[in-house]
Amino acid sequence: MITLFIVLILIFITIAIWQMIKIFDLSRALSGIKIDDSQIASDKDNTTQAKLMLAFLAFIYAITIFSLVSYGKFPLISNAASEHGQKIDSLMIWTLVLIFIVQIITQFLLYFFAYKYKGNKKSKALFYTDNHKLELLWTTIPAIVLTVFITFGLLTWSDVMNMQKNNDPMVVELYAQQFNWKARYAGKDNVLGKSNVRLIDIDRANILGVDENDPNAEDDVITTELHLPVDRPVLFVMRSQDVIHSAYMPHFRAQMNCVPGMVTKFTFTPTVTTEEMRQNPSMIDKVININNIREDKSEDLIAKGEEPLDPYEFDYLLLCNKICGKSHYNMQMKIIVETQQEFDDWYNQQTIFKNSLIVQN
Amino acid sequence: MAEYIEFEKDHHPHHHKETFITKYVFSQDHKMIAKQYLFTGVFFMGIIGILMSILMRMQIAWPEQPNIIFDFLLGKWAPEGVMDADIYLALVTMHGTIMVFFVLTAGLSGTFSNLLIPLQLGARDMASGFLNMLAFWIFFISVVLMVISIFVEAGPAAAGWTIYPPLSALEMAQPGSGLGMTLWLVSMAFFIASSLLGSLNYIVTVLNLRTKGMSLTRMPLTIWAFFVTAIIGTISFPVLLSAALLLIMDRSFGTSFFLSDIFIQGEVLHYQGGSPVLFEHLFWFLGHPEVYIVLLPALGIASEVIATHARKPIFGYKAMIISILAIAFLSTIVWGHHMFVTGMNPFLGSVFTFTTLLIAIPSAVKAFNYITTLWKGNIQFNPPMLFAIGFVSTFITGGLTGIILGDSALDINVHDTYFVVAHFHLVMGISALYGMLAGIYHWYPMLFGKMMNKNLGYVHFWVTAISAYGVFFPMHFIGMAGLPRRYYTNSNFPLFDDLADTNQIITMFAILGAAVQLVFLYNFMYSLFYGKKAPQNPWKSTTLEWTASQKHIHGNWQGKIPEVHRWPYDYSKPGYKEDYVPQHIPLRKGEEEY
Repeated sequence: MITLFIVLILIFITIAIWQMIKIFDLSRALSGIKIDDSQIASDKDNTTQAKLMLAFLAFIYAITIFSLVSYGKFPLISNAASEHGQKIDSLMIWTLVLIFIVQIITQFLLYFFAYKYKGNKKSKALFYTDNHKLELLWTTIPAIVLTVFITFGLLTWSDVMNMQKNNDPMVVELYAQQFNWKARYAGKDNVLGKSNVRLIDIDRANILGVDENDPNAEDDVITTELHLPVDRPVLFVMRSQDVIHSAYMPHFRAQMNCVPGMVTKFTFTPTVTTEEMRQNPSMIDKVININNIREDKSEDLIAKGEEPLDPYEFDYLLLCNKICGKSHYNMQMKIIVETQQEFDDWYNQQTIFKNSLIVQN
Repeated sequence: MAEYIEFEKDHHPHHHKETFITKYVFSQDHKMIAKQYLFTGVFFMGIIGILMSILMRMQIAWPEQPNIIFDFLLGKWAPEGVMDADIYLALVTMHGTIMVFFVLTAGLSGTFSNLLIPLQLGARDMASGFLNMLAFWIFFISVVLMVISIFVEAGPAAAGWTIYPPLSALEMAQPGSGLGMTLWLVSMAFFIASSLLGSLNYIVTVLNLRTKGMSLTRMPLTIWAFFVTAIIGTISFPVLLSAALLLIMDRSFGTSFFLSDIFIQGEVLHYQGGSPVLFEHLFWFLGHPEVYIVLLPALGIASEVIATHARKPIFGYKAMIISILAIAFLSTIVWGHHMFVTGMNPFLGSVFTFTTLLIAIPSAVKAFNYITTLWKGNIQFNPPMLFAIGFVSTFITGGLTGIILGDSALDINVHDTYFVVAHFHLVMGISALYGMLAGIYHWYPMLFGKMMNKNLGYVHFWVTAISAYGVFFPMHFIGMAGLPRRYYTNSNFPLFDDLADTNQIITMFAILGAAVQLVFLYNFMYSLFYGKKAPQNPWKSTTLEWTASQKHIHGNWQGKIPEVHRWPYDYSKPGYKEDYVPQHIPLRKGEEEY
């Protein structure tokens, strides 16, 4: 309802503006002032529009400052929870600084020149067609700056994507299907059993299509929550059974698509446990803020006689980040980073693949 | 060709007997075809596309709330006024498809290439009027099919405008991948055919039908932009056609080009050995040049408009041409930057990062040249000039964040978030839209012989400019907070609860921005009937189109085609009384060209 009102009001406002312009013109015509109705900008228009140009520059600066202040905590460029994440973050910060400086300067030049060189009907512009020195200047400067950024970018990229950099990583398979995630741990041998969608047997609860005859598969563990021991490198092996999904783990600066018919890989080392991240001052602020918002919403819900929202507690998440169908917006898995001891305790409670199969008579 | 020789002989165009059908419907006249593209491509499809974006934005801002507008517009797809999740994805898909292909490719190039190529080059018409007509009517078929697809039982295509298989290939994966997707693919096949016919015509016209004296380095930058756009279109669109045909084969004839090892809804499908990543390569081989197919005409129009209204030659004319060519060349070798995290070989990722960031160099040259053109100008703030300046502004703002997305290491974390949405909407959506609006305001007197109301133009620009920044600037920040795009609602993630307010603000600005387009529509329609009659050359421009007959006649010029003696940017040239010297005025003795 509200939106309909907004739309209607906006339409009326626009009609009102038009009508006012018309009445204004008419009244001037009646009072005998000659109207310039050529519809070509007059000197007066130039002056007004030039001032508006300057005002718009102020608007751009204001919205930049406002955005920096209100959203400036940049959850994705601070508090990375993985080893390589910090490298990506510092590259991101430098890039943002560069963008910020260039944006502030170029927008200033654009709108300030527009303001300063507003035209009139008498003067002429400067006939200035070319200056090779200037052009060379703004070809080489971006080229040099970009070379620096490309170099650092590529160094970071080849480091992040080097799947062999860690000796003996823990191998975990991320398995995607519409619309949920499963994790398969490789077990004591740290080798995943072979798998293929053609081996999926729902009746025997072999939902990932793991090869039952492969000895490596026997001690695999399939879970719906991703637990990771802190400071231990993890090699993710990703599969999808139906459409393309994307395993997005923003806190770890990690993302890779899961593509049916092929296996993709990503590796990282988590460095901050869930518990440590919850104690992080900026995270505490964020959670308090979110809980305040949720309490406000809950009050509305209670007033309507509905269930209130649960309070929020921080957890790492794995989100699906490639359009995959109806429930794409709710395809998530909780990630828990914990100490080796906690991880082992949890892991030992899980059922290994061999024992999870349903034996049929 | 015979027709043109005849023109030269008797110095005035001969008149065919024209009926309503040949004049307004199956017209072979480039000016009429330009208007046809304007009305079908820009207005008709544009209104649908904008409306869809508003529905999406309302869903994101106020999820799960019954909404009378959804109830009214979506009917059974919004039971009790709550939008269905599949239909949200369908809106995302159709908004993208319509805006990118129909409005900003066919609408923008179709209107302005058709109108300006013959007029600015001094040609009687396109090289082949018949092919031109055919291109428009094939485009029309494609429009009809795409619009029909919106109304099919299971909803239109919903796999995103990039239609990655297997989602787009399997009806079991989502309902939109049934008849809706079939119609989408067939419609796109027609679209591509139309685009190729149009592009071939543009290329041939530019190469062969320039008037005497119009050398390549005397062509206005608009023509350079349209020409290069047509070339990258002919290079890349056929690849999309092949991808679409292979996808049709996979969908209907059981082949496995893009599909392999699929288990869906309790059964294993027979597909074996294909690769969705292959489709992504084929798609983005068009998809990325497509961005420049959208952007280059806007760049061309902005160059022309800025020079004309600043009353100053465009700074670095040759550098502008070289950077258009450089951008066009680079645009065909950067497609992989859409695929950094698809499982493509990381080494390829490095190569594509390198080529992608190179594009920043010619883009920077263009931006600085525009700014220098304004320096010491005598700027006349007519509505087209405002949009051209707005274009430069959003081109810079949107372009700069490309440094983040083009860098594979940084892309890992912002890929497919709202950061991407903000980036490409500013740099190609809003920029191209501004270019198009600048073009419409600038050439309206040429198209319809009337002037548009300038005050409404001012209101239109400023409200649009504020809304554009209001929508897309905060969007960068919610993207950097990790919010993925194409989510029907974010309420399943308490993590993102603190972004809900921002999303509502964005939606308000989006509604404001859409509403103010009604002012433009009103201005356009009102001026069509009641606008002031335009003078022959209202903006005192130097290019040839303003010397053509104001009454639209077949053949454009009543008498001889004017000859060209100078470059197109002789504004405020010293030694002349007027502040512009049209291209057909001969150089004085001893006068240097530029």
